Amino acid sequence: MRVAPNRLVSGEAVSFFDLLQGSAWGLAVLLIGLLLLSLAPPRRICLWLTVVAATVLAVGLGIQAANHATQVVQASTPFARTALGSGLWLVWLLLGLVLADALQALRAGTLARLGVATAVLLPLGLMLVSGGADELSIMKEYANRSDEYWGVIARHCQIVALALLFTLAIGLPLGWATHRYVRVGRAMFPLLNIVQTIPSIALFGLLMAPLAWLAASWPALGRAGISGVGLAPGVLALTLYSLLPVVRGTLAGLAQVPSAVTQAAQGLGFSPAQLFWQAQVPLALPVVLSGVRIASIQAVGLAAVTALIGAGGLGSLMFEGLFSSAQDLVLLGVVPIVALGVLVDGVFKLLIARTRPATPNMESAH
Amino acid sequence: MIEFANVSKTYGHTADAPKALDDVSLRIGSGELVVLIGGSGSGKSTLLKMINRMEQPDTGTVALDGQDMVHMPLRELRLRMGYVIQSVGLFPHWTVARNIGVVPTMLGWKPERIAARVTELLSLFDLDPTTYGPRYPHQLSGGQQQRVGVARALAGDPEVLLMDEPFGALDPLIRTALQDEVKRIHQASGKTIVMVTHDIDEALRLGTQIVLLEQGRIVQVGSPLALLSQPANKQVADFIGRSDVGIKLLSLQSAGSLARVEAPQSTPFLPASASLREAVSTLALHGCQSLNLLDDTGAHAGVLHATDLFNRRHTGSLPLSDDQGQHA
Repeated sequence: MRVAPNRLVSGEAVSFFDLLQGSAWGLAVLLIGLLLLSLAPPRRICLWLTVVAATVLAVGLGIQAANHATQVVQASTPFARTALGSGLWLVWLLLGLVLADALQALRAGTLARLGVATAVLLPLGLMLVSGGADELSIMKEYANRSDEYWGVIARHCQIVALALLFTLAIGLPLGWATHRYVRVGRAMFPLLNIVQTIPSIALFGLLMAPLAWLAASWPALGRAGISGVGLAPGVLALTLYSLLPVVRGTLAGLAQVPSAVTQAAQGLGFSPAQLFWQAQVPLALPVVLSGVRIASIQAVGLAAVTALIGAGGLGSLMFEGLFSSAQDLVLLGVVPIVALGVLVDGVFKLLIARTRPATPNMESAH
Repeated sequence: MIEFANVSKTYGHTADAPKALDDVSLRIGSGELVVLIGGSGSGKSTLLKMINRMEQPDTGTVALDGQDMVHMPLRELRLRMGYVIQSVGLFPHWTVARNIGVVPTMLGWKPERIAARVTELLSLFDLDPTTYGPRYPHQLSGGQQQRVGVARALAGDPEVLLMDEPFGALDPLIRTALQDEVKRIHQASGKTIVMVTHDIDEALRLGTQIVLLEQGRIVQVGSPLALLSQPANKQVADFIGRSDVGIKLLSLQSAGSLARVEAPQSTPFLPASASLREAVSTLALHGCQSLNLLDDTGAHAGVLHATDLFNRRHTGSLPLSDDQGQHA
């Protein structure tokens, strides 16, 4: 926890031990308990206790920090800022790791994982909504921008969604072509690999000139939103970055369809369309989706950088914070990006599991 | 009837590329079980794949019932033929039932008829329909998978069944069981079956005609007996394996064919349908001179005497058919 007289000064750290009173003792006990549990043999009961302790600790620390912030503000000027200290972020990170590890060891199903995630996020979310954490500096930054904040998130999602749409429209047929015609792959992959190695800011710069020229030459394009800065170059660059994983995934997916299956299908009289839709597509889908998943997570992160060329999105908050050394503003931009990334990751993992009907690990109990 | 006329095929375009098939002419009659056999690179698989046009001849024609295949619509042609490959190639994302029903579905059968056909075929291959129908291929053993593969090939009631080394990847016990099933199906349905193998014992067990290929040419065509007793040249004799031709000849004839009508003796039992080869094995195992034979119902069907077996061999006369020399 850091307390500062205003948002620009870096403030003084407040240790957890200074706050050790009342209910905080409970948290300290939990922390020690967690340490002891890590020494315990990995029985199911111990693992579940670990999950419960880590969950309560993660929630409790958040509430504790918010309460302290409220006390501090009541005792000083309204300009005072109370930020979450690096120690708390670190503890949250470690608790996340502990939870992930314990759930892995328990071989918890999707439902149990979702349950634990809800148990951690729901109370913290409720606290945010109810205003209990309003005195934390990150929430103050939010309060300053609450009217535009959701628009910024929507814009971020829009950039990612548009880029993915274009990527799929181009990447899936391209991936199929690289599978069907070896030459296409030989021509395509060096190109895509080079694109992937260009630093993102450089790529935006490279795209600005031709797009600006396009817009200047054909005013109709300019009116349609194509210009050197803003959404168009951002989406275009993201599309270029996302192509490689999608094309690779599509190629890998089609290539791992057993040749025995295609041969048998042809021999039995499948038409080329039946072979494609009934055998190749369903068998390639999980691998193709893995490629799309990587592209999506990458796009969620990279979309932040498009703010530099005026595309908007959460990156704009992040950079504004960086340029004015307002760390909480940076966090306000970064936290939803991370959350979006995790969300996208989860959705795709679920989809991939759903499209994998006949692998040994999905074996139904018969 | 399938007819190859002067078929040649070369893979690759260089002038010195070896010919996969070199001026092959062959007639496969309806209802035959023809085994194409030869070493690797003999062209046996290429020849088989020309029947459902997975391969095209460079020169020459392949005709089905007198009609040149080039002029037939490809899909309809393939739907008229069952196709079994060594690596099975079941659709891993479909249940066993859906795998078997795929050709009938493409033929536009009604769902009830397809379901009935799937049940019938699973039962034919000793797989309980309610247990195995809903399973996925990866939940089956290798032998069960290939049973489903053969069932899938038979599902559309094809005129011709093509089998490309169907049992090559299976262990000997399961292979023998599946060979018996194919033989049974062939005898019961009278379908034309063309099978590729490199296993001479499989060829002798199953084939009504055996086609021996080497380097893209047909070396000899004939019944198992003809191949064993009159090999066309030294290569054929080598391929068959000279050292145990006598034993292989015994495997072509049933024990019942040499049975004497006698009362049962206190000797071991053997089904009359077993081959003379098995009879010799049983005699050697028990160290005795005769065996009681049993018919399909388990009733006494005569006695087989070791002396009859070896007298026939000694006189040098070759058994010509199962009926000849039957004492009963």
